[in-house]
Amino acid sequence: MNSPLATVNKILTYSCVDGPGNRLVIFLQGCNFNCVTCHNPYTVGLCDHCGACIPTCHANALEMVNGQIAFDPSACDQCDACLDICPISSSPMVQHISVEDILEIARKNKPFLNGITVSGGEATLQLKFVIALFEEVKADPELKSLTCFVDTNGHLGGQSWGRLLPVTDGVMLDIKAFNTALHHGLTGQDNAKTLKAAKTVQDAGKLYELRFLVIPGKTDTAAEIESLTSFARALGPDIRVRLNAFQHHGVRAEAEDWETMAKTGIDKIAAHLRKAGIPEVITPAFYL
Amino acid sequence: MQEIFEKLRSITDDKTLNPAQKARYLSLEAENMLPYPALDAQTADALKQRVICDMYEGHAPYKPRYVLPDYSVVLKNGSEYLELPPPETLDETINTLMIAYHHVPSVTGIPVYIGQLDDLLLPFCDGVSDDALYRKIKLFWRYLDRVLPDAFMHANIGPTDNRVARAILRVDAELKQIAPNLTFLYDPKISTEDILAMATNNIVECSKPHIANHPMHAEHFDDRGYGIVSCYNVLPIAGGASTLTRVNLKEVALRADSTAHFFAEVLPHYMELNFRLIEARVDYLFNKSNFFTSFLVEEGWIDRDRFTVMYGIYAMAEAVNILQEKEGNAGQYGFDDVANALGYRMSEEMARIVQNRPLENVWRGRAMLHSQAGISIDEGATPGVRIPYGTEPDPVSHVQALAPHHQYYTSGISEILTVDETIKNNPEAMLQLCKGALESGFREFTANVASNDLVRVTGYMVRLSDIAKFKACRGSRTNTTALGAEAADGTGILDRKPRVVGHELSPSYGQ
Ligand code: SF4
Ligand code: SF4
Repeated sequence: MNSPLATVNKILTYSCVDGPGNRLVIFLQGCNFNCVTCHNPYTVGLCDHCGACIPTCHANALEMVNGQIAFDPSACDQCDACLDICPISSSPMVQHISVEDILEIARKNKPFLNGITVSGGEATLQLKFVIALFEEVKADPELKSLTCFVDTNGHLGGQSWGRLLPVTDGVMLDIKAFNTALHHGLTGQDNAKTLKAAKTVQDAGKLYELRFLVIPGKTDTAAEIESLTSFARALGPDIRVRLNAFQHHGVRAEAEDWETMAKTGIDKIAAHLRKAGIPEVITPAFYL
Repeated sequence: MQEIFEKLRSITDDKTLNPAQKARYLSLEAENMLPYPALDAQTADALKQRVICDMYEGHAPYKPRYVLPDYSVVLKNGSEYLELPPPETLDETINTLMIAYHHVPSVTGIPVYIGQLDDLLLPFCDGVSDDALYRKIKLFWRYLDRVLPDAFMHANIGPTDNRVARAILRVDAELKQIAPNLTFLYDPKISTEDILAMATNNIVECSKPHIANHPMHAEHFDDRGYGIVSCYNVLPIAGGASTLTRVNLKEVALRADSTAHFFAEVLPHYMELNFRLIEARVDYLFNKSNFFTSFLVEEGWIDRDRFTVMYGIYAMAEAVNILQEKEGNAGQYGFDDVANALGYRMSEEMARIVQNRPLENVWRGRAMLHSQAGISIDEGATPGVRIPYGTEPDPVSHVQALAPHHQYYTSGISEILTVDETIKNNPEAMLQLCKGALESGFREFTANVASNDLVRVTGYMVRLSDIAKFKACRGSRTNTTALGAEAADGTGILDRKPRVVGHELSPSYGQ
């Protein structure tokens, strides 16, 4: 089998925020958006082996071998100094992992898992790997009860969705903003593909949850919330919306000066959505 | 004498204790003025140095540490001594139990076991509507917390899915009281998924109940069964435990030159001294104290032959790390495979030693190994085989690191998994975590959710808001808050990543 390798930033065997139940989460490296509000910006870029991070490592976990960055996990104490210095929001600590490696981790943790979620970065950038992984999970007698979810920004073309959805059980789709100019300002990209993807996924019966990041003065405006409400309602009667509150953790550059989103504001928006007939509105379990 | 007077005076005049709490501490002081049961010099010395420890149970064991009455006896026969006829209605049954609890001795004076409540109450529930049942249980629960306010008082339900268990879970989540402590016995062949989900949803709500691995416990007991009491102690019904003494593995490891020396000489030596300590205490209880002339024995609530002894161990994490250092290994307990394997070897070896050492006046002639959760004065010693507070890995890795120990600790072992509060939006994750832990060989699943006011300290519950009040010197209605406050200050227990607390022991005043 010509098995694709994934570029993986991190793997968690415990997560209760990436879909239903406890999930094995694979954070894939690399993103096609460049959100100033990203909470894990070091998953955005793909390492170009410039070597700038090597001297920042106090634990000698990094070195250059044949022009490639080499990382020694046993020496690393997760101080994250290398992440802070990287000029292109990448990480020298990524691993290259095969489908079989992930299946092995899933088997070892099977009793604890409801499913597997690929997240990122932008998971769909490594589409070939994701499809191969989900196909293998579904073909494996021991693992097939695990549900396969994708956490995505939706910036994926229709044809590709056509290949991904048949092997996917659920999609968590992030909408950053409805106003196109605002979306462009926040992400560096257009939102047309994302909005279209929401419909495609919902029509396939695979939209688990729509996610919306509420930023004071930007995406909490009456116009944005109205767009969210009508968009979600138009999708169907059984839609589930998760409101995330903008916080400073991890964010970069000018976003650090933005106001954080408070519980009162979120609760008001949630009430509005519920009143408009959105059956399930999830709000943060806590605020930093 | 002057010194004793001062100590007694400080108890009688204490600002934060209520009269009943004062009376208990005064009685402990009086008991401890008596000489200790005779010990040989080596044992006495090891006790003094606290390599072995008697949990400050007192110098004259005149009652077993834990008593688990078979309450079905009084419900069936009534009690001649208490002048009670057999109950006929649900109200009469609950009333009989409420009376019975006051006659059950224990180390703290408050019963540590209040029964397998669904089995006891169900036969009296015919014709009682769900709503009436819920309201009666609610009053019963309020009574328990207000009149017997100790987080070590423990109720059991399960493994069947039944009306009483459901009403109890509903009331427990609603009232969020410290007392009683609660365990749901889970058997994948008998329990429904639905009631397990109800129980794990309660954990998300209020960090209770514990979920016990029923098939794994049941195999060590007979037809009369077992109960989970106090923190998570697993003991024979109609009996209990005469005493709980424990070995501080950290102190043992400090006295060893190497891992080989530890296993060949030092560990067996101190384990033997702990057996002698057990023998001295059991001898006093059985042959001098006259405890077994009690009406409880006469009427068949308890049986003299059904009292085991709990062989406690603790501070395994420190012991392993000390030996790792002596061997020049860097890996830490809980995180490193070599360190973890050394821990498993200790558990296996201790279980073997306990299995090979006969004891008189002990149920089945052998002690039962116990991963002891610690008391409020322990410092620098992690409870049982747990991973030190504040350094625990994620819940799944946590379970995987500790699961291999669980088979050996037949009288109880428990790890507290701290789970962050995002789980409140996803209770299904708690259910799966629980199933995963039990399937991996955990005897018991216990979790604390980070933001809950009700948290577990070492196995018992405290309210964080009570600790704050207690510190502000207003005293606490519940007996376990003082313990929780001591434990929180002294043992780093609230460093536990998400905080969850519970209580059991304040062994003596001001300790
Ligand atoms: S991680 Fe960043 S800084 Fe380090 S070599 Fe790669 S691109 Fe350069
Ligand atoms: S996170 Fe690890 S690799 Fe990066 S600088 Fe720190 S020790 Fe070095």
